[in-house]
Amino acid sequence: MAETDKKDIDAHTGVETTGHEWDGIKELNNPLPRWWLWVFYASIVWSVIYMIFMPAIPALPGMQGYTPGLRDHTERENVHNALADLQTAREPQFERLQQAAAEGGIEAIEADPELLRFALAAGDSAFGDNCATCHGEGGQGAIGYPNLNDDIWLWGGTFDEIRHTLEVGIRSDHPEARYSQMPAYGADGLLERQEINAVADHVMTLAGLIEPTEAGETTGAEIYEFQCAACHGVDATGDRMVGAPNLVDNYWLYGSEREQIVNSIWRGPFGVMPNWGERLNDPTITALAAYVYLLGGGEPDEFAEAALLDRDPGGEAGQ
Amino acid sequence: MAKKRENPVWGWHKKVLEKNSIVLTVGILGTVAIGGLVEIAPLFYLDTTIEEVEGVRPYSPLALMGRDVYIREGCYNCHSQMIRPLRDEVERYGHYSLAAESMYDRPFQWGSKRTGPDLARVGGKYSDEWHRDHMRDPRSVVPQSIMPPYAQLENTPLEVEVVEGRMRALARLGVPYTDEMIANAVNDIETQLDPYASDYDNFLARYPGAPVRDFDGNPDMVSELDALIAYLQILGTMVDFSTYEASADENLR
Repeated sequence: MAETDKKDIDAHTGVETTGHEWDGIKELNNPLPRWWLWVFYASIVWSVIYMIFMPAIPALPGMQGYTPGLRDHTERENVHNALADLQTAREPQFERLQQAAAEGGIEAIEADPELLRFALAAGDSAFGDNCATCHGEGGQGAIGYPNLNDDIWLWGGTFDEIRHTLEVGIRSDHPEARYSQMPAYGADGLLERQEINAVADHVMTLAGLIEPTEAGETTGAEIYEFQCAACHGVDATGDRMVGAPNLVDNYWLYGSEREQIVNSIWRGPFGVMPNWGERLNDPTITALAAYVYLLGGGEPDEFAEAALLDRDPGGEAGQ
Repeated sequence: MAKKRENPVWGWHKKVLEKNSIVLTVGILGTVAIGGLVEIAPLFYLDTTIEEVEGVRPYSPLALMGRDVYIREGCYNCHSQMIRPLRDEVERYGHYSLAAESMYDRPFQWGSKRTGPDLARVGGKYSDEWHRDHMRDPRSVVPQSIMPPYAQLENTPLEVEVVEGRMRALARLGVPYTDEMIANAVNDIETQLDPYASDYDNFLARYPGAPVRDFDGNPDMVSELDALIAYLQILGTMVDFSTYEASADENLR
């Protein structure tokens, strides 16, 4: 390392070197670009200003909090205010919605075009954030997740019943959740494999999927009568009190292929819908119920009453 | 462009610092110490900025193992766990995340990339069966999803026996796992999968609010999917926001 106080200018570039030399290699002493240097100084100045005005330094050990800065800025307060503004803006509509739902049910909401628009918009938005993940973006459902557009309801399709289902969920943690459990006939060893095949034959025959088989009409029918009829009904039209699906309506929540039906009997499906009462506020649930009701399959109250009394009301909706 | 006037600092640098190794060493130490003081020291007492909340507890052993599966599979590459205090996020995902909610996360999973949705409050939002279907084949339940399938998890036995070591490591880092928790860890994994287990009450006393059920639907094996779903189902559910006063002065920060 050779050093002198004399300036050493590199012959090729005309730039001063640092004066250091390693095996004949010298380092050019190019100054930093001016703009870069100024940005660097400015950012140091800015950081000091920022620390003065904005929350910056955690409190010392043993104390709580931090230096709040002169502006006393808090994102949490901002979001609070933003949400409060939103709440204030929605409040009148939400109140009208709640009132209409309490007094006249879905008819009252439908009778007021402005309110209906609001309910559908609020419902659509909440549906997209929370429900579409299982029930599909258009409520079309998937294997194991009911289609909400059709007339088939496991636990009831009136406005109030839909709202209740949203509130407490199905087989959820809620103490009042809609609850029932189909035995896992195969997994728990209640039926032999041949017996399950026979009862699957019988169910498929009832549903018109296959021609009657011998096993299905003897063993299968007998097992159906003792094991299945209590919930699914002697005529296999299901029972909404226990969420037992209608087996002859040609809609199969868990699929209509033989393996899928056998698998359902084997494992005993236990479909869970979370309870939304804690996650969403009441008006949002009302709006969601209206949205789902109006997707296409909602049942007017009198229709559901007929269904309960008779189990075969005929007509166009809900079987 | 060589300057005529010699920069006095540079001159001092050359003449004193660079020729005097002790002075140079002391100078370097001084400079680095400033950086350390400003940037590193506050991290050691960050807990003074964490709000006090009720309900946040260390993960149950099964959920802890699930967290490790989550990290191993790189879930954080696409999913954040941090609901920012912004109106639209709170509207979509729920209450914004609190620092206290991830105080036992080492490392935390806040993330900043959201190819998939935020998962900070996914606990309880979907059923176990949905998670099973979704891990097996994401497209079966969310047609537009681009998430890869993780079907192998339900067929992979969980390495149950390593849990004690992991809990001990975390305890050393300050996560309040007690000796009792560590001693019962392997048993607690079994217990969390079986609502009829004999140790049910003790388990819930150790890990209040932990969901207890067979998460992957296969009672014959403790799978990695069991652990992962147990982890996902507890995310964001520990703090009771009906009693947490978000607008109280000490919580506005």
